[in-house]
Amino acid sequence: MPRTASMLFASVVCLAVAMIFVVVGRGNTRDDSRSRRVGADQRDGADQIASNAPTAVAAEASADQNTAANTAANTGGSRHPIIIRKPTGPPRIELAGMDPQGRTGSVACSTCHAVRKPNSENVSAATLDEFHQGMTFNHGKIACYACHNPDDADTLRLADGQSIAYENVMTLCSQCHSKQAESFAHGAHGGMNGHWDLTRGPQMKNNCIDCHDPHSPTYPRMVVGFKPKDRFNAPLSHHHDHQGAESHDDH
Amino acid sequence: MTTTENARKPSLPIVENFTRRAAVKGGFATLGAAAFVAAVSPLRQAAEDKSAAEFMQQHYTELSPQQKADVIARLEAEAKENYGADVTIADDRPIPGTKFVYAINLSVCNGNGKCVEACHKENNHDRDTNQSYIRVLEMPKGTMDMEKGNTTYTGAVPQDDKFYLPVQCQQCDEPPCVDVCPVKATWKEEDGIVVVDYNWCIGCRYCEAACPYHARRFNWKKPEVPADEVNPDQSYLSNRIRPVGVVEKCTYCLHRTRRGKLPACLEACPTGARVFGNILDKDSNIRWILENKRVYILKEELGTKPAFFYYFD
Repeated sequence: MPRTASMLFASVVCLAVAMIFVVVGRGNTRDDSRSRRVGADQRDGADQIASNAPTAVAAEASADQNTAANTAANTGGSRHPIIIRKPTGPPRIELAGMDPQGRTGSVACSTCHAVRKPNSENVSAATLDEFHQGMTFNHGKIACYACHNPDDADTLRLADGQSIAYENVMTLCSQCHSKQAESFAHGAHGGMNGHWDLTRGPQMKNNCIDCHDPHSPTYPRMVVGFKPKDRFNAPLSHHHDHQGAESHDDH
Repeated sequence: MTTTENARKPSLPIVENFTRRAAVKGGFATLGAAAFVAAVSPLRQAAEDKSAAEFMQQHYTELSPQQKADVIARLEAEAKENYGADVTIADDRPIPGTKFVYAINLSVCNGNGKCVEACHKENNHDRDTNQSYIRVLEMPKGTMDMEKGNTTYTGAVPQDDKFYLPVQCQQCDEPPCVDVCPVKATWKEEDGIVVVDYNWCIGCRYCEAACPYHARRFNWKKPEVPADEVNPDQSYLSNRIRPVGVVEKCTYCLHRTRRGKLPACLEACPTGARVFGNILDKDSNIRWILENKRVYILKEELGTKPAFFYYFD
């Protein structure tokens, strides 16, 4: 019995000594990190009163610095561009047939349209007697030659009669869709990639016709693919607890 | 004579029986000891899972640059050991003069869920549960009440009588999740992002309960990510693979945004509904939207002051 007691006593003493060592060790590291910790605490405090005036003022001050830096970057020319994707050029028509060597080819719009008389009254594919017949057209009540150039099939035409290249199709769209064009200019319409901070890298933006088929511009429906499996995703019929009294009637 | 007779008097053999009291004591002592062993047995497991360095690690804000470097080296080695992936864990700090803000165009969002998938991949979420920081709610038109939404919709979107409301961490200026943390493992940084030190989190899940937007997630088990799918571009406070038993949340992809890039969910959005930027920059897209569009915030009445806006064309 005394043997057990003395072993117990010895272990208690060992534990106490170990605790003292740990406390002393931590105390030392704490002294080392004292100044750093004070800094961190101050920052913490500032975070917690984030909505209060002093921080807001500080934030505004730093914002001023930031915009100053931006303008400096502007003048310095180190600001990266916003790159808007452009169509590669006028569309080419793939030929259905093959030549004796088995090659296919593509031709420009003007290959046919240069020798055909434009019908400026045509408004849909249904009234065409040859070519383009399968095309869906659902873009208001406008006619083909509202956008396409009857005098030069490889270009488009603005409302004022000015010819414009396919690459600059956004100018054409913006004539009617000025709201969208304005939103686009401010990043509120159309997707983007790359950098939000143009001082660090460029930004790439979509073109109107990347997302909208110009002949049927309604954004197409999509099918949902990816679904997380979590407890909030259980089907609605499974949780009756917050649906009110009527859902309990069937129990 | 009589004494010797007494001594030699035959008697029953005496067995040193415990008294009843001692037996009961002994029984309870055994029970107690067993209960104690059972209670501390997870600690033995923990000792196997956890290195001494990890156990002794300080809070993120108290780490010296040297300690931080050591911790990050250890985490990179652990990622190699546990997931077979060569990852780089950076320590991205806020850019001075930035306050990140997000906006979503609800007129355009069609609920296709590409953002959910992009978040899943970018942030090294568990492949088994398809976890993601974003939930898209299919909402009946005419209400902004999140409880009326449904996240389990499938098939073709958008439905004509519905609109779609993507919900993720709103990076509140008055974050209830930060207030309730008993160990200060989560806090709000200078650029407005609410972060978690996954190595300091004790997994009590108070923050998950406190968040009115259901934005926090708990790691119920060790995340499974195949080596070739691990995103090696990581940050300590962001998308490094989280340990089991801790809470995690959207960080506006701070491993991207603090390097000037756009968040992964924004880049993945095929409809262009998402806008991200620095609200302190007067010329930013986000400022134009706040000044020119019809802007809503979710659960405004709670006073959480979200840094996340919803707008309509």
